[in-house]
Amino acid sequence: MDLASTPAPAATDRPRPQSPRDLFVSCTWLALQGFGGVLAIVQREMVEKKRWLTPDEFLEDWAVAQVLPGPNVINLALMIGDRHFGLRGAIAAVAGMLTVPLAVILVLAVLYAHYAGNPQVAGALRGMGAVAGGLIAATGIKLIPQLRRHPLGFATCLVLVAVVFAAIAFARIPLGWVLLVVGGVACTWTWRKIAP
Amino acid sequence: MTIVMHWQDWLALFAQYLMLSLLSISGAITTVPDMHRFLVSDHRWLTDAQFSSSVAIAQAAPGPNVLFVALMGWNVGLNAGGGIGAGLQAWLLGLLGLAITMVGIMLPSTTLTYFATRWGHRNRTRRGVRAFKQGMAPIVIGLLVATGWVLAGGNHAGNAPAWHLWLLSGVATFIVWRTRIHLLWLLGAGALLGALGFV
Repeated sequence: MDLASTPAPAATDRPRPQSPRDLFVSCTWLALQGFGGVLAIVQREMVEKKRWLTPDEFLEDWAVAQVLPGPNVINLALMIGDRHFGLRGAIAAVAGMLTVPLAVILVLAVLYAHYAGNPQVAGALRGMGAVAGGLIAATGIKLIPQLRRHPLGFATCLVLVAVVFAAIAFARIPLGWVLLVVGGVACTWTWRKIAP
Repeated sequence: MTIVMHWQDWLALFAQYLMLSLLSISGAITTVPDMHRFLVSDHRWLTDAQFSSSVAIAQAAPGPNVLFVALMGWNVGLNAGGGIGAGLQAWLLGLLGLAITMVGIMLPSTTLTYFATRWGHRNRTRRGVRAFKQGMAPIVIGLLVATGWVLAGGNHAGNAPAWHLWLLSGVATFIVWRTRIHLLWLLGAGALLGALGFV
């Protein structure tokens, strides 16, 4: 077999962070773009641009980050950092997510004390909030094609997506119950489907 | 507002956030109601306005949403130091409060995540681990879209009609979905429309 003409890249050839410092800088830059939440930016930067994660890996990792306690994006950063550089990477990624944004938010809090009453400032915050909602919804919509290869089948998955959406957005059922009941059903069902 | 904080109070604050950290399934935002009970109703360390502005500023600012926790600690410290106008002592106590709440909310959950995900990675070929990860995929997608929906509709407070906000969110969703335009342009456009009074 002619190795030179085999285009399929091995797992080790995938783009990956160069060093813990690279992780720190990337996470800082990511966090500073994330108005109203960082998740949409994580998908855009780490999956679509840097390709440190495939869409499938992003979905799986995010599910784990979501179910464990703690902020999702922090958990996600910790997992990515740990995978590449162990504890050092995990600390670098989490520190990157928090350090500079923390300084920025303190400055904003002090400024806010002066301009809280200004209607333009309040309006700008509202407009950014509306856009931030759209960013997060689009992050979910872009992942839907990944469900085509799901063991439960595409149609079943779409029903599950719709059930979760309705339970949270309309019925306002506490998240713990939704995860426990709908998530439990989905995992058990998948477990039966992937029987060897 | 000025309050008195003894070292037992700082310790109680720290213990409360350590506990909330382990309860914050799917993000610290789900523990906001309990933080309100603890900080505002029970101990009166923060006013209602300080509490809500801590959440609102963190939502609008860049960075993970969990930073609202830092602002709560910061405000408790400022109150203990006699308010932001009281000078250096207030700022130092503010930083102390910030450190206490942030370390409290981060330490237990990150430690747990670190060890749990290592275990999961070592056992990734197990049927149970695979079923969990794959089974949660549609749930996660539904949650993302629902979070976007709640955020989009949750901040209507201006004079413009509510459908303006929904339109803005809908257009933003479509643009992010179908194009690769940089997200900061969209946020800037949202801020501009808001400042001009469209939403």
